[in-house]
Amino acid sequence: MTREEVLLDFTSRFHEDILDLYDKSHSRVYITVRPESMVRIGTYLFRNLGARFNIASGTDMPPNIEILYHFIVEDINLLISLRVLIDREHPVMDSLGKDIEALNWIEREMSELLGITFTGHPDPRRLLLADNWPEGVYPLRQDYEEWDEKADRTRGV
Amino acid sequence: MGRTIIPIGPYHPLQEEPELFTLTVEGETVVDIDVRIGYNHRGIEKLSEMKTFENSTFVVERICGICSTSHPFAYTRAVEDVFPMEVPIRAKYIRTIIAEGERIHSHLLWLGLAGHFLGYNTVYMWAWKLREEILDVMEILSGNRNNYAMFKPGGVRRDIKPEDIPICIRKIESILPTLDMLKKAVLDDPVLHARLKGVGVMTYQEAIDFSALGPTSRASGVARDVRKDSPYGAYQEMEWDMIVTSNGDVFDKAVVRILEMFESAKIMRFCLEHLPGGEIDANIKDVPPGEGIGHIEAPRGETFHYVKSDGTNRPVRHKVRAPTFMNLPTYKATVQGETISDATIILAAIDPCYCCTERIAVKDTGGRILYGGKDLIQLSREKTDRIKRRMGVR
Repeated sequence: MTREEVLLDFTSRFHEDILDLYDKSHSRVYITVRPESMVRIGTYLFRNLGARFNIASGTDMPPNIEILYHFIVEDINLLISLRVLIDREHPVMDSLGKDIEALNWIEREMSELLGITFTGHPDPRRLLLADNWPEGVYPLRQDYEEWDEKADRTRGV
Repeated sequence: MGRTIIPIGPYHPLQEEPELFTLTVEGETVVDIDVRIGYNHRGIEKLSEMKTFENSTFVVERICGICSTSHPFAYTRAVEDVFPMEVPIRAKYIRTIIAEGERIHSHLLWLGLAGHFLGYNTVYMWAWKLREEILDVMEILSGNRNNYAMFKPGGVRRDIKPEDIPICIRKIESILPTLDMLKKAVLDDPVLHARLKGVGVMTYQEAIDFSALGPTSRASGVARDVRKDSPYGAYQEMEWDMIVTSNGDVFDKAVVRILEMFESAKIMRFCLEHLPGGEIDANIKDVPPGEGIGHIEAPRGETFHYVKSDGTNRPVRHKVRAPTFMNLPTYKATVQGETISDATIILAAIDPCYCCTERIAVKDTGGRILYGGKDLIQLSREKTDRIKRRMGVR
């Protein structure tokens, strides 16, 4: 399939789930989708379209938290970034990691750094942060404040 | 049968990242494995939000000491993708030269450590001796043996002098015969065949499911290479082969890396010989608001950077994904069912770090140490020796 065919097939298949489509360049496209449709769309991309999962990146943008799931369709060199906006006060997402092994770790990372709960995740343990890091403190949130009184975070500049 | 828990890690000065593997074994067979990472979590993504676009190049260069160019390469491409813009052709060639030189020295480092671990110290000595020649080339080109500081958004920081080019080509050519000898020594060795073939097999489907990257996936028959799939730099300007093998075992992962070094030398040589003239820097000023993604093929697989800009001189969000993040979870598919003496080489075959092995301690339930790090290296070497004796090789 060519790039146009892939995009046409994708948009016609999920036209009710797509909120916005930004065709940035020949190899980048950003598609905003409904959070509740993400598992269906992500699984379709990964399993049926043969896309490779690059990574997901979460950003705290009050009043929302934005998650971008990056998939690349290697045959046509098209990086599809699926954008999902969820409520910052109740950041809950359905887990893709329970079906697709490749998303297992990044969902663990996002849940500890941004405080997103992935429902149905098979292994919701901490991945990166230290064991003595307090619960409920999320370092990539905009309102993050230093919690450790003994920490020296001066950067020498 | 009773179960024993073996912790591997977390610290060793030679490790790329400290990590703690917990192996549950029954007798000699690994039945379960778990990993704890994060010992080296330095909050680079958060730090990057406080740096300007220019400064972050230096921060990301220090993420990894071995593949120090892959992160600036991916990061600068991400910043350039915000516009989107193209860098001058001469800068593309220089970037390609640096990236390929790094691939050769990184693969040689891995090969040397793999040889050391299997009890082939000659391979270790030869590989690291060859690596010195490549580091010399990098020093001539960039002024540094590592952490080259060549990249900036929009181009490169330092030009290649015409008088240096013949010296570099001569040095690259001088290592090729020795590399060829090393290749034959490793690939034709019946003991290494017996030791590494069929060990830690990752199937094609597993490589797809885990989204494995780089040599780890190419050894399982997944023809996946960012240099071919999403051409960048100067890779589409010349002929070179993507190395793909099909068995998915440790031996094939070594084969992919060894053969890739010849391709990298070919690419480096072509770029040095055909280095076009012109500017090396597009002199970008303000980064517009928007998002950019940069991904490149590092020695271990795809390095992925995502940058979000709001029009100021600092990124709002900077996401870094190193290839090991995708490759490391494949241990779930490859280690279970193997023996302890193979577990370490399998974990090492994805090239996360080798020397975790020196920090292994096997404890029984009373906390008594049964095996230390040296004992486990010994276990691995003894297996090689057993195979040697069985085959009548001295």
